[in-house]
Amino acid sequence: MNPVNYLYLAALLFTIGASGVLVRRNAIVVFMCVELMLNACNLALVTFSRMHGNLDGQIVAFFTMVVAAAEVVVGLAIIVSLFRSRHSASVDDASLMKL
Amino acid sequence: MENLIALLVAAPLLGAAVLLCGGRRLDRAGHWIGTLLAAASFVVGVVLFSAMLGYEAEARTMRQHLFSWIPVEGFQADIAFQLDQLSMTFVLLITGVGTLIHIYSIGYMEHDERRRRFFGYLNLFLAAMLLLVIADNYLLLYVGWEGVGLASYLLIGFWQHKPSAATAAKKAFLVNRVGDMGLSVAIMLMFTTFGTFAFGPVLSATGETSEGKLTAIGLMLLLAACGKSAQVPLQSWLGDAMEGPTPVSALIHAATMVTAGVYLIVRSGAIFDAAPDAQLAVVVVGAVTLLFGAIVGCAKDDIKKALAGSTMSQIGYMILAAGLGPIGYVFAIMHLVTHGFFKAGLFLGAGSVMHGMNDEVDMRKYGGLRKYMPVTFVTFGLGYLAIIGFPGLSGFFSKDKIIEAAFAKGGTEGWILGSVALLGAGITAFYMTRVMLMTFFGEKRWQPDAEGREPHPHESPKSMTIPMIVLAFGSVFAGGFFAIGDRFTHWLEPVTRYDHGHAPVSAATVTGATMVVLLAGAALAWAMYGRRPIPVVAPRGSLLTRAARRDLLQDDFNHVVLVRGGEHLTRSLVYVDHSLVDGVVNGTAASFGGLSGRLRKLQNGYARTYAVSMFGGTAVLIAATLLMRAV
Repeated sequence: MNPVNYLYLAALLFTIGASGVLVRRNAIVVFMCVELMLNACNLALVTFSRMHGNLDGQIVAFFTMVVAAAEVVVGLAIIVSLFRSRHSASVDDASLMKL
Repeated sequence: MENLIALLVAAPLLGAAVLLCGGRRLDRAGHWIGTLLAAASFVVGVVLFSAMLGYEAEARTMRQHLFSWIPVEGFQADIAFQLDQLSMTFVLLITGVGTLIHIYSIGYMEHDERRRRFFGYLNLFLAAMLLLVIADNYLLLYVGWEGVGLASYLLIGFWQHKPSAATAAKKAFLVNRVGDMGLSVAIMLMFTTFGTFAFGPVLSATGETSEGKLTAIGLMLLLAACGKSAQVPLQSWLGDAMEGPTPVSALIHAATMVTAGVYLIVRSGAIFDAAPDAQLAVVVVGAVTLLFGAIVGCAKDDIKKALAGSTMSQIGYMILAAGLGPIGYVFAIMHLVTHGFFKAGLFLGAGSVMHGMNDEVDMRKYGGLRKYMPVTFVTFGLGYLAIIGFPGLSGFFSKDKIIEAAFAKGGTEGWILGSVALLGAGITAFYMTRVMLMTFFGEKRWQPDAEGREPHPHESPKSMTIPMIVLAFGSVFAGGFFAIGDRFTHWLEPVTRYDHGHAPVSAATVTGATMVVLLAGAALAWAMYGRRPIPVVAPRGSLLTRAARRDLLQDDFNHVVLVRGGEHLTRSLVYVDHSLVDGVVNGTAASFGGLSGRLRKLQNGYARTYAVSMFGGTAVLIAATLLMRAV
């Protein structure tokens, strides 16, 4: 099977994730979309690794997983404390940074 | 002996410092300290004078170098004094008349609670004026010049609780500033032209300098003299300066400070001799002021303002004489000294009259005072006879010499100047006779003042009458003492040089003509003010009288040309500032403000907006990279 198809799949997944981040309000869904984008990246990295015949991409994919795991921990903690203080998981309710 | 020169300035300066810094504990002794130090300065002057008489006429100049003031490569300013016959004459006049007026002020200012301060200012004035006349360079002269201006300002505004006095002080200061600018520009021009501003080198180097430069320096010096000596066109401050206490008017605005301009021109004689155009300007200024002051003096009902017009006119005579060159220098100074005596005497007399009349200055409310104030009447009368040039008295000798010198200038110029001087003598006789008749003769016309106090005219205390008597002696005898045997001419000749000129008419003819004009003036005044009773309320008068009452519209002229002009200039400058400068600045600020207001809206706090900008930015970067690679 042509590895380029994996790249198309990765691009498709990334786009779905990105548009999810932009349009959805629920913090959990936004968070899941971020994960989707990360995994799309991983897929692309692994595909490139395969196409070029070296392992660099796969190693970076491992790093991405580690970072993603750490991000899940921090992100979920933020979402939980946000929900506790605002009784809502909507990202629009956390718009206190503007003047 | 030379080392005593600094003491002339030091004594009154010490007095000023002690009196002004000493505070209230000196209130009871302040006037004695001030008078004593003024007298000390006079004694030092007399000692130096007697020493000077012991030297040969050509070697009488004494010098004292005190210390180097500003020693910079190529720019050497020293605190150094030069006492020659010209300076000596001034020193004796200033300290002599100054001491007398200090004594007079003890009585005159008796009821003023700020008397100590008054004496401090008087001492400050003496120190500055002495510095002015004994400086050996123009820069040090400038220090004295500014010092007398300051003292004049402080003393005119001495009764600062009166708004008119405060305004008059400011006016005098401002008008003097214009003249002072002239002196500072002249000093700068001297430095660029000669590389120095010491009298000796500057005045001996005039031969090798271009006439244009000398004319410029001369005109700037003339501007300075006009400011300090109240000559047209900077004359407007002197009338208002009469707001000051009368001893101040006598000392500063009659006898000494206002003659500083004459000193400056006579001292700088070498410059004017080498620049005929500047000299012509001096003569014109003198002649115009001579008539201007005299006409103003004719119309004033305020006794001090009438005398101020007269001062202006008499200094016009001196400036005129100083502009005649070596023919006139000696007579300018001679008239200056005799004028110092009789005008100070007249002012002190006026002060004595005011003292007895509840400070009333309107001559229309005097009348018949000779019975009540015999000493004042006699001393004032002698001063009057001296100023109009009654034969044998001081003014006769000094003014007659100036008229002769004006004729001796030669040519049409000589005739014009001589006639103007002659006419001025007639007007002098007119206005002084008017003052005399309105004050001391006729019916008594005084009325209760605003608070209902009836004036009780009385003779002034001894401390006031004695200085008046001494000055009256000077008014009577000084002229004859100076003129007979040409004593004064021989005395000053080594410094100012002297030239007979070529008189087109004999001295006797000039004297005769002067007498005729004088009698005509006095007779006219008698016909107008002696024969008929004088109305207490001034009649409307002719157009000229009304103009002269308003100082010949000098203030109106200044107002229309300078004040309005200045206002228009500043208003247009403010307009340019508001529209153009502020427009650019405010416009820049407003556009940045508006821009940032719009940019701020981008920061709406929604995380997804930031995400969009991140995605957009990344997309743009990637697109750019790809595009670059493609090219």
